[in-house]
Amino acid sequence: MAILARPDGTPDWRRRTPRADLLVWGGWFAGVALCVYCFSFISDRTIWPFVWDAPRQGGDLIARMFPPRWSYASQLWKPLWDTINIATIGTALAVLIGVPLAFLAAHNTTPSRLFVRPVVLFIIVASRSINSLIWALILVIILGPGMLAGIMAIALRSVGFIAKLLYEAIEEIDTTQVEAVTATGASRPQVLGWAIVPQIMPAFAGLTVFRWDINIREATVLGLVGAGGIGMQMQASINVLAWPQVTTIFVLILGTVVVSEWLSARVRHAVI
Amino acid sequence: MSATTFDAAAAARAWRPPPLIETPWLRYAVYLGALAYALLAIGTIEVNWTRAAEGIERAGRFLSGFFPPDFTSKGDDILEGLLESLTMTVVSTAVGIALSIPVALGASRNLAPLPIYLFCRGIIAVSRTFQEIIIAIVFVAMVGFGPLAGTLTLAFATIGFMAKLIAEDIEDIQASQAEAVRATGGSWFQLLAWGILPQVRPRIIGLSAYRLDINFRESAVLGLVGAGGIGDTLNTSFDRYEFDTAAAVLLVIIAIVLFCEYSSGWIRRKVQ
Repeated sequence: MAILARPDGTPDWRRRTPRADLLVWGGWFAGVALCVYCFSFISDRTIWPFVWDAPRQGGDLIARMFPPRWSYASQLWKPLWDTINIATIGTALAVLIGVPLAFLAAHNTTPSRLFVRPVVLFIIVASRSINSLIWALILVIILGPGMLAGIMAIALRSVGFIAKLLYEAIEEIDTTQVEAVTATGASRPQVLGWAIVPQIMPAFAGLTVFRWDINIREATVLGLVGAGGIGMQMQASINVLAWPQVTTIFVLILGTVVVSEWLSARVRHAVI
Repeated sequence: MSATTFDAAAAARAWRPPPLIETPWLRYAVYLGALAYALLAIGTIEVNWTRAAEGIERAGRFLSGFFPPDFTSKGDDILEGLLESLTMTVVSTAVGIALSIPVALGASRNLAPLPIYLFCRGIIAVSRTFQEIIIAIVFVAMVGFGPLAGTLTLAFATIGFMAKLIAEDIEDIQASQAEAVRATGGSWFQLLAWGILPQVRPRIIGLSAYRLDINFRESAVLGLVGAGGIGDTLNTSFDRYEFDTAAAVLLVIIAIVLFCEYSSGWIRRKVQ
């Protein structure tokens, strides 16, 4: 709030000083200019006649997508089962690797703040910054196409997620409980087991189920790069422009995602 | 310490931590189910070990690609992909946020009548259910290859994400402040500007910074389906087995994600 004086001496109430006004206005101007510049960059790389054609193309696409070919669903149960397995085993593997990493990364449980912690933090960041599809792309080259590459991709991406959220939970624990257990003469592993683990269990269960739910979504598209699951059928159907089959796949994915989201919400509600 | 005989009755009375699931039959059913599932699921993984063994040599070549990564020979492609990704990120975040605010207002039960509420919640559900890649496939089919398809995809995904979280925040505001503005005879837009916006602004800024970060990460994979960005460069380099270029692209992605993560974290700490 700024008060300026008008020439006749009466106070002039304003929300900001003229300087702040100018800064806010300049900020908005710079933001809009950046967006316009970026859009022109994108526009240079776009074939606009194709875009003007989009409503017709979109209508055409929808016309070709409906009705869905339900009979194709009978071939999809196995890939769908594979998809769920990729997500679940991948999450389980990520938990196995991520939990020890979290304890090494949290500043109150790490064995060495100077040496171990930075290394583990770098592993966590590297795992998080590479999308599971890119992990899958790399792993398909190394392991060959198939479920194993998908599982590893999901696991490698989830390790960072689980470790990061878990070590934040460990750092936020109530230290009085740790002190109480230490005061009874407990050893370090006992402190870990009786003072720290019980406090982070709800957070751990919640974030594992949450990540599992995300992984179900991600596992549905891993097949696009050959890493198994229903995405392989999707890629094959798109390649031969069999759009009614694609619609069937979309509906199945939608159903699976809705069920997994409901399940994860129920579990998180129960434990937190 | 004297050797005492094992007292079974005392051991049974000893305190144990309460189990996570209280009902015993449910607990054992969950354990058994998990075990049965693990056996079934692991049984479905087919691993071609000879193929995986061949892959070790490729893994070696891929890893040696990092020492040193080749930034120069495909430098123009990397720069072009990077600029595409960055511009896609900026435009899609701006457009997505601008569109998500009306949807968020419509999806808040304390502001919108039921039909509008259901409609806006429907938009959010659709946008959140499908993986970005799947939406990108549809947009590529409609507007053609290139960064515009990617921008539209990211903007669409941003709407669901932002609108859901902003709507939750609007539903949690202090009703008394909105009531005070209404009592002065303020119109609906004045209510928004003076009763609601000040309460949710920190959250909107924080979420926008977070979404900018997510959009960059996602823009790195949209290239896999032809929607532009640095993923295109990465995919091409993998297809040509140019692992040193791929390593360079991955390092660029990690560096930018790190930068985005720290700056978005900094902005969020600043406003919240």
